[in-house]
Amino acid sequence: MEKTVIQVNDLTKRFGAFTAVDRLSFEVKESEIFGFLGANGTGKTTAIKMLCGLLSPTSGTGRVAGYDLFKQADKVKMNIGYMSQKFSLYEDLKVTENMELFGGIYGMRPKAIRAKTREVIDDLELEDEKHRLVGSLPLGVKQKVSFAVSTFHSPKIVFLDEPTSGVDPISRRIFWEMIYKASSKGMTIFVTTHYMDEAEYCNRISIMVDGKIKALDSPKILKENFGVDSMDTVFQLLARPSNYSKK
Amino acid sequence: MTSIVVENISKKYQMLQALHHVSFQVNEGELFGLIGPDGAGKTSLFRILATLLLPDEGTARIHNRHVVADYREIRKIIGYMPGRFSLYQDLTVEENLKFFADVFNTTIESNYQTIENIYTRLEPFKRRRAGKLSGGMKQKLALCCALIHKPDVLILDEPTTGVDPVSRKEFWDILKQLKKQGITILVSTPYMDEAGLCDRIALIQSGQIMSIDSPEKIISAYPFKLYAVKSNDNYALLEKLRTQQNVRSCYIFGEYLHVVFNDRDEHISVAVIEKKEMQPTIEDCFMQLMEDRG
Repeated sequence: MEKTVIQVNDLTKRFGAFTAVDRLSFEVKESEIFGFLGANGTGKTTAIKMLCGLLSPTSGTGRVAGYDLFKQADKVKMNIGYMSQKFSLYEDLKVTENMELFGGIYGMRPKAIRAKTREVIDDLELEDEKHRLVGSLPLGVKQKVSFAVSTFHSPKIVFLDEPTSGVDPISRRIFWEMIYKASSKGMTIFVTTHYMDEAEYCNRISIMVDGKIKALDSPKILKENFGVDSMDTVFQLLARPSNYSKK
Repeated sequence: MTSIVVENISKKYQMLQALHHVSFQVNEGELFGLIGPDGAGKTSLFRILATLLLPDEGTARIHNRHVVADYREIRKIIGYMPGRFSLYQDLTVEENLKFFADVFNTTIESNYQTIENIYTRLEPFKRRRAGKLSGGMKQKLALCCALIHKPDVLILDEPTTGVDPVSRKEFWDILKQLKKQGITILVSTPYMDEAGLCDRIALIQSGQIMSIDSPEKIISAYPFKLYAVKSNDNYALLEKLRTQQNVRSCYIFGEYLHVVFNDRDEHISVAVIEKKEMQPTIEDCFMQLMEDRG
């Protein structure tokens, strides 16, 4: 049986009278690439913070990477990876030094860090860059290093928050090929993006509107259900139905 | 008539050549897009045009005024919206707008017509602090502030970056309306799909302009026959195609792979569900130009 890496039921977050996230229920399987989409201000960030154990939910239940979001938030944090577009590596440290630092923070032993560094440098083809300061790298390479660092402790799942924002089109595709590779090795990928072509690369997608998940399925089925031929149109239809009501 | 003239502009920061002999012209009333990823040099160029940065080499003029010598005059005729939100977060929507009107010796009332279309969407929140607005709203307020002195030329640095596809679409609708008022608009974006909304575009990468033309002409200049191909497992297909001698380039593109073959040998040695010739997108053109330059 496929293993479930994220399982949430009626997960809710209220700030005073405002319900930012309203009864989210879904599950994500091991090695799945799951796209988490939604317009700005629909509660995506709040939901991700809860899933990462950074924000305690108001109600509902949830398990991520095998741990309870309410009782074991620290365990959740140890067993996930997180990378955001703003996630800053230490620019004054070399590529390998960043890896050593983050490996150390996650409690890895020096020997394990060395072995893992070797593996990651080979895997992501960073041999030429490994001794360069991160600050001197082009954005596309920085994003690759950022991914390497956020998955350095071999988490079961990695959360990628708009990882390719502003990246050139070739590097953007190289980044996605890296995601595919990680997923084929069993890592679960939870990703947000504003590029609708990238939505197509996901196994399944959820689209959030006003704190709720309004649609959840594979890109193919979503397009069929809405009778349209692009994810962009599906997104527009769900996020701003009034723009289309007369069509 | 020509509104903006950029001639041979170069700019270097220590080791980094941010702009390398950049030249182009924008016609009056045109919606001109500068398309390229982060680090391409878009912001440096816009800051030079907005008289905030000195070029190392070359000249630029806006409505025949020189960006260095006549910077005071230029500041009166341009509206500049920087990429980073730069309004006063602690002032309300209305206070920000009034502040910018005051700075330019004008009032909200006297230029209300220019911003009316945009401001009506913000008015319900006019007493809210700018720092508390959503991304899309902040952007609209910043645009209002850039427009409040009725500029002839608008310079917008990545106004849609990080904004969701729905708000992006709304923003471009607003730009189209502003164009109808006769305002010249120079806008930059990393989103290649926005290129088609411009009259003309310049594709920029590593400080160099790779191509300038209308989106249609850039697409028709694409030198290869392009195929969209898909299979049940696109990633496996991609890996296979990468090993085939007859494949010139192959990239994932939404639910398809975009493939260019060498010569006329167009066979694919694994099963595919679909293979069709297609018109390239601006993104295909951009990637091809990048590859051309190595």
